[in-house]
Amino acid sequence: MKAIMTVTANDRVGIIASVCSLLASMDVNILDISQTVMEGIFTMTLLVDTSTSKHSFDEIRTALIQRGEAEELVIHIQRSDIFEAMHRV
Amino acid sequence: MLNISDIMQTVNMIDHQHLDIRTITLGISLYDCADPDIKACARKIYDKICRKAEHLVETGCEIEREYGIPIINKRISVTPVAQVAASCTNGSYATIGQALDSAAKSCGVNFIGGFSALVHKGFTDSDRRLIEAIPETLSSTELVCSSVNVATTKAGINMDAVALMGRIIKDTAERTASQDGLGCAKLVVFANAVEDNPFMAGAFHGSGEGECVINVGVSGPGVVYRALQDVKGESFDVVAETVKRTAFRITRMGQVVAAAASERLGVPFGIVDLSLAPTPAQGDSVARILEAMGLEVCGTHGTTAALALLNDAVKKGGVMASGHVGGLSGAFIPVSEDEGMIAAVKSGALSLEKLEAMTCVCSVGLDMIAVPGDTTPETLSAIIADEAAIGVINSKTTAVRIIPAPGKKAGDMVEFGGLLGSAPVMAVNSASAHDFIARGGRIPAPIHSLKN
Repeated sequence: MKAIMTVTANDRVGIIASVCSLLASMDVNILDISQTVMEGIFTMTLLVDTSTSKHSFDEIRTALIQRGEAEELVIHIQRSDIFEAMHRV
Repeated sequence: MLNISDIMQTVNMIDHQHLDIRTITLGISLYDCADPDIKACARKIYDKICRKAEHLVETGCEIEREYGIPIINKRISVTPVAQVAASCTNGSYATIGQALDSAAKSCGVNFIGGFSALVHKGFTDSDRRLIEAIPETLSSTELVCSSVNVATTKAGINMDAVALMGRIIKDTAERTASQDGLGCAKLVVFANAVEDNPFMAGAFHGSGEGECVINVGVSGPGVVYRALQDVKGESFDVVAETVKRTAFRITRMGQVVAAAASERLGVPFGIVDLSLAPTPAQGDSVARILEAMGLEVCGTHGTTAALALLNDAVKKGGVMASGHVGGLSGAFIPVSEDEGMIAAVKSGALSLEKLEAMTCVCSVGLDMIAVPGDTTPETLSAIIADEAAIGVINSKTTAVRIIPAPGKKAGDMVEFGGLLGSAPVMAVNSASAHDFIARGGRIPAPIHSLKN
């Protein structure tokens, strides 16, 4: 399944490393990644493919949310269809 | 990939602006449950609902997690019970109401609609039995919703039914007096009721529908409100365009969820209902959208025009976003379920008369309105007749969901809790309509019903 992930947090060193290493450890493939800092807020969006992982979507989602809570990151992961439907005619 | 600001916009809509799917409603036909013995009929109904809706809640939760969109309600609508139970020769229809309630609880849904009768032209014996059983049913069940259609543009207004419903509402309020007349919050009197409405309390599975169907209702007053904050002071052309674009996005989300639910449950997709449905939560109010257009308080002069623009722009934006649009599809203005409406009534700016005017330009009608407990059945019937006339003449759905709160007077508050919210008791006109309601008969269909 292709999913969009968003990560927002107060900017600091190591956010991408932390998130990406977690994804790598669960065999989730990153297809595209985009990152910026808006008014001091770190904002990253990723397009990921969960079909390479042996973990279920729920397990991946739970692991990300737990990592987010531990490191004060706001992480969302959602199927990508919804974004395409809402922003492309 | 999509650009970062589009993605963040969607995430913010869900996180901060209450964007959600208001309801996934599974419509189920009960025609094959008819039986001369009412207990056998009730048992067949219970079994069929439990079989068809077994995976509804679990599937809804699964979609919620994968798509990251809250789905607030999972609900069931069924064939109007007056049609299913017509061949029952014994017992009260409340037995069937209780079976619906048990089935809803077994399936884990939070409302089931369809304890209904369609009497816009006349009553069958079954319709009368159903209507007489409404007070007992609504006071002895928790999750059952009831509706009665008393008028259509094609048939006119059944004034006997209008008169009867005034008494039924009053009786229902009295039987649920300990909960401020809560039973009436689950009872809707319609004109031009639709067969595929996913919203409660008025949902039923119409006779033109298939065996089973998925209908989805979206929400998003908070998103529209936020979008209007960005166009302060701009002309109405800009306001209308902004609402349209926002409605498009909201509806697309509903369409995606509807398609996913339909596929996973193996049930055909029916419609997406475009209605902007508020909740009592802060930042999820239709009244606040109208105020964002430049009105000091919802209910002041200009409110009807603002609502007309909103309702029309929501439809125009939404219609292209979904394969099939249906249900009620308009802005809802329930008083008790809208934080801004409650505030407007409390401030004195929003009266029953203004709400009636507003119902001319939006769905659905006088919705979740508490009136003094000593309001007579005839006055309730006259309020229904006025609303039905607006629906019949304008070829639109109108409804009355009104609560004559026992022991309360104008200015008091009634508390229903949860999604039903709380409502200030509104004053009604004290002059009598007794002789008007006592006439009975039918108000003929309007001339523009003759389209053939």
